[in-house]
Amino acid sequence: MQKRNSGADFALTTSQTPGSSKPDPILIADKITRQFGGLTAVNVNHVEIQRGSITALIGPNGAGKTTFFNLLTGYDSPNSGTWSFNGKALNGIPPHKVARLGMVRTFQLTKALYRLTVMENMLLGARGQKGESVLLSVFPWIWRAQEAQIQIKATSILKKFKLIEKQDDFAAALSGGQRKLLEMARALMVEPEMVMLDEPMAGVNPALKQSLLEHIKDLRSEGKTVLFVEHDMDMVHEISDWVIVMAQGEIIAEGTPASVMGNSQVIEAYLGAHHDTDLSSEGA
Amino acid sequence: MDILFIIQQTLSATLGVNAIIFALAAIGLNMHFGYTGLLNFGQAGFLAIGAYSVAVPVISFGISLWIALLIGIVNSILFALLLGVPTLRLRADYLAIVTIAAAEIVRQIARSATFNESLGGSDGITGKFGKEFFDLNPFKEGLITPILRFNGNDLWVVITGWILVAIITFIMWVMVNSPWGRVMRAIREDEDAVRSLGKNVYLYKMQSLIIGGVIGSMGGFVYALSRQSVQPDNYGTALTFFAYTVLILGGAARVFAPIVGAMIFWFLIVFIEQILRAGVNSNLIPDWLIGVNQVGQIRFMLMGLGLMLLMIFRPQGIFGDKKELALDAKA
Amino acid sequence: MLSLITILSAAAGISLAAEPAHAADAPTKLYGVVTGSNEQPLAGVGLSIQGPDGFSAEIKTDSLGAWEVLIPTKGTYSATINEGDLPSGQALTDPTKGTVKANVFMLGVELRLLFPVGPGVEKATMLERSAQLTVDGLILGLIIALAALGLNLIFGTTGLTNFAHGEILTFAGLLTYYFSAIAKLPVLLAAPIAVLLSAFISGFLQDRYLWKPLRKRGTGLIAMLVVSIGFAIFLRYFFLFLFGGDTRQLPQYAGQAGLELGLVNITPKSILTTVIGIGFIVFATLWLLRTRMGKASRAVADNPALASASGIDVQKVIRAVWILGAALAGYAGVIVTVNQGVSFLMGQDMLLLIFAAVTLGGLGTANGALVGSLIIGLFVQLSTLFIPTELKYVGALIVLILILIVRPQGILGRKERIG
Repeated sequence: MQKRNSGADFALTTSQTPGSSKPDPILIADKITRQFGGLTAVNVNHVEIQRGSITALIGPNGAGKTTFFNLLTGYDSPNSGTWSFNGKALNGIPPHKVARLGMVRTFQLTKALYRLTVMENMLLGARGQKGESVLLSVFPWIWRAQEAQIQIKATSILKKFKLIEKQDDFAAALSGGQRKLLEMARALMVEPEMVMLDEPMAGVNPALKQSLLEHIKDLRSEGKTVLFVEHDMDMVHEISDWVIVMAQGEIIAEGTPASVMGNSQVIEAYLGAHHDTDLSSEGA
Repeated sequence: MDILFIIQQTLSATLGVNAIIFALAAIGLNMHFGYTGLLNFGQAGFLAIGAYSVAVPVISFGISLWIALLIGIVNSILFALLLGVPTLRLRADYLAIVTIAAAEIVRQIARSATFNESLGGSDGITGKFGKEFFDLNPFKEGLITPILRFNGNDLWVVITGWILVAIITFIMWVMVNSPWGRVMRAIREDEDAVRSLGKNVYLYKMQSLIIGGVIGSMGGFVYALSRQSVQPDNYGTALTFFAYTVLILGGAARVFAPIVGAMIFWFLIVFIEQILRAGVNSNLIPDWLIGVNQVGQIRFMLMGLGLMLLMIFRPQGIFGDKKELALDAKA
Repeated sequence: MLSLITILSAAAGISLAAEPAHAADAPTKLYGVVTGSNEQPLAGVGLSIQGPDGFSAEIKTDSLGAWEVLIPTKGTYSATINEGDLPSGQALTDPTKGTVKANVFMLGVELRLLFPVGPGVEKATMLERSAQLTVDGLILGLIIALAALGLNLIFGTTGLTNFAHGEILTFAGLLTYYFSAIAKLPVLLAAPIAVLLSAFISGFLQDRYLWKPLRKRGTGLIAMLVVSIGFAIFLRYFFLFLFGGDTRQLPQYAGQAGLELGLVNITPKSILTTVIGIGFIVFATLWLLRTRMGKASRAVADNPALASASGIDVQKVIRAVWILGAALAGYAGVIVTVNQGVSFLMGQDMLLLIFAAVTLGGLGTANGALVGSLIIGLFVQLSTLFIPTELKYVGALIVLILILIVRPQGILGRKERIG
């Protein structure tokens, strides 16, 4: 019971200013900068993500959100800054190790592995597979049992995501939205503590969107932390406990969805990019 | 035209030593390129290292052949590490260029006058370094039938060679169908996705490089042993490219495809050569068009042309699935 | 005859034992070509051959640097080069290798012997050698640059890594040889014709009938790369088929004497071809920077979709790039042919250096190709101060690998995610 609402709880007491401290941060970042040539893509002074919450990272195109994601998860190196996950410093840690520490991300352009089947995509996600060792792979009897176990888990997740009928299809045969679901389902196989979703709604049809939203809420009820980048403001409003706004590489606002939406700085940042566009409309 | 002679030569080639050599080279490439997506254009370098590792220790240092074979495997692992450590982080095109460069370096050093003493220079090494192997041969009389013909030594190489190919293919089959193989195939699709799932992509690519390289150098073992001779110019870029032809012909990313590809490849080469030769000798093909000495060149021309046509019209090879096209993937 | 050994060595491992059967009737001989540090033939060099049963022969290399001696029996022969006959500035790079041994196992073979000759060891001072090698390196760099610019442009605009690019040089070189030696035209006429034909055939026609249809079909880049490999092999052996395996020299200006310019020895033909080559590079650079087509090609290389959307006719740009690239590479082939000769392997030999230069400078950047070419050229030549001449390409290749480790985007490349 407590866990279920902790996501919302902290929002009541946390200061609604950029870089505000959270009662129980799972991720803390300081003075992260990333420059490309003369352009400063990211310049985040301080940010903390509350454990067990669903936090949205929004901002106009080119604000640096995906770059920031890449920096946090080790896919890119910052020019300066430090950040830690569960207290462990992540500077210089390669992306696969970051994933093993419990921080798993998805990609803006879905990376469903096309020539693997849906089930193979899922099985790939499991950790600690004996069969993945080059030496042990030659002796199937060593890893067969574990493989069966993993398959059971994958099946249950696929059922939840309503992808079970497609399990033997190549991922290439799925629709765009289904691939997004697959990527999320696959990420769950890793048993992450924190799930970072890069535009999970992009290109997903409305019918699937609802189910995606439910899945994300489920993540929170399982105690996972979710940080996602989105442009769909309705979604942001509907499920996030907290919203962080980036513009031109910096965090310009933080707070509950309601307060952020009314923030004049935020509106201006968007208007500058989306002149005449209603903030609640779809997509980028 | 002696039809029977042509059949005998062609069939013997299809099942013969050269098919084995190319099958091994292509199996190695299948691991690299077919299953992991690594553009290794230096496979000839692995064969060269295998071949010289067999010849040099035995001839120059009197070491036993069996130890020399082990040395060969160690050397090819080292070469793979040498190639892999700097390059596996690079983009595919870069890897291709570096591996060609590395194989060329191997060949240039092998044929250099500077290392003439130990490596034989451009003439290579010729000698009875395979003695211990051929002493074990129970079929010294060879096989002589109207449609298939092998001399004693060749027969022994053919038998042991195909057994080796079968064992390796079986092991590969098991590995490819294991979780390890799944990671490999995933890496071929998208490395970043695999990293996001906690796998150390670099390590897997290195494993693939080493395994494929060792198999390739076994091709070098067979090459050197079968002729009891190592010539550096045989291990140039053409060898790598023809190994790719074999791989593509069979259909990359199918475990037994390299074997079939190698057999078909040699069948075609020798068949065409025999036909051309017969044509030239019986003057069906006029001398001014193709001279006796030029049959070999025509053969290479046809091989180059064949590779082009193969890639353009049937890149999935004989067994490949057009949907699963290993080669038409991302740019 | 010399082509027989070339075929044997190229196909020896890959053919059944059919070849030696005819060879038993062929003469047995030792032969070779004595060339200097830039592969230029050295004429009138004396050789002394000793063999079993008191066999002894004294011969001299001909105007193309070639020599051969027929030998009667099997056994061990030794060939000694008369160092005194080597021209000034050239000497054995390893004084102990003045005598080469050959084991003749069976009759009917032809064995080629190699004498490592390079810039004279005792005759020139370090400074003189460095100066000479620097000039040689710059010239080599120029040749590579001419080819690399084209390769880079084609890669930039179409994404094709063209493994048959070297054959453009060979083809132009062979055309020059044909017009000069066979059609007996003066070189000053043969060369421009070769370049124009190169631009048309290797540039326009190649794109029009091979690559454009493939692009239209949506053939993937790796597939096209492999097609270019097959094409290269086909062309190489086609050239071998047509011209044989020997290195062909142009008879005109063959034995031209070098001029002593300060510390450096350079032939007039070398000066002229180099100057024209620099002119080509300047022209190409101006074309890229100033002309509308040139700028358009840079736009296409940067972002084809955007370029097309802004009204640029991408197909036209690609055609222009191929024509220019083939002209430049063709001229590179002409330079090599005029100064050293042409063989069917010229393209293959150059290709790796070209790739090395382009990669070193930064794939896709025009200036990078230039910088990379000069560095590779200089390195290849200057490295012979420290390592044996025959290994000079090895040195360059090693440098390539090292640079890629440290700076994968090349010297001028933009730092993008490489791996």
